[in-house]
Amino acid sequence: MMLRIVVQEADFDAGAELAHLNLPGVGGVGSFIGVVRDSGGLKALHLEHYPGMTEKAVKKIAEQAAARWPLLGCTVIHRVGRLAPEQKIVFVGAASAHREAALQAAAFLIDWLKTSAPFWKREEFVSGESAWVAARAADEAAAQNWV
Amino acid sequence: MRVLYFAWLREKIGLAEEDIDLPAEVASVAALIDWLKSRGPGYAAAFADQKLVRCAVDQEFAAQDTAIAGAAEIAFFPPVTGG
Repeated sequence: MMLRIVVQEADFDAGAELAHLNLPGVGGVGSFIGVVRDSGGLKALHLEHYPGMTEKAVKKIAEQAAARWPLLGCTVIHRVGRLAPEQKIVFVGAASAHREAALQAAAFLIDWLKTSAPFWKREEFVSGESAWVAARAADEAAAQNWV
Repeated sequence: MRVLYFAWLREKIGLAEEDIDLPAEVASVAALIDWLKSRGPGYAAAFADQKLVRCAVDQEFAAQDTAIAGAAEIAFFPPVTGG
């Protein structure tokens, strides 16, 4: 399986990433792109991570996806640093011979990234205030649905 | 042993990382938390609500009863919020 894991401050080219996943034998590519939601008073989102552990944790999640579905390729790109509303945060892509595996694996990847990779978000508001985002029980439940 | 702090734990403690010589009797993650809490008000504030604290031992998520003998790197952080 082609496995591509990137943690970076820079933006990514989603079209190029999808093209990377168009590998020999692939019949479908499932993907998800997370974006900073423009919720009125938000000025920016700051993403922090645990260098070293992040890459290992994401690799483990991708390997679990590959153990579960017959994937030919898997890409996870997660941005860190300061991101303005409407900017892209995360890309997950899964390529397989058939659509069901590709779509399910992409959903699994993003659900597990939210609960099992060491990233933290802090919101910076237009008002000048700032607050760490609290983990959501709904995200944990979504990940547990795959168990 | 290197101890790392992330997100609001880092802010409350005022340090991103430190090297610590631990007494031998501090043998688990829970014991390390208790030991750190006694080091000052920032630590006490960071670990006040342990339901909000997660840990990794040598870059693997670890429960509070995990043994830490021989560990090189222990990290404390809030529940993750990426994706």
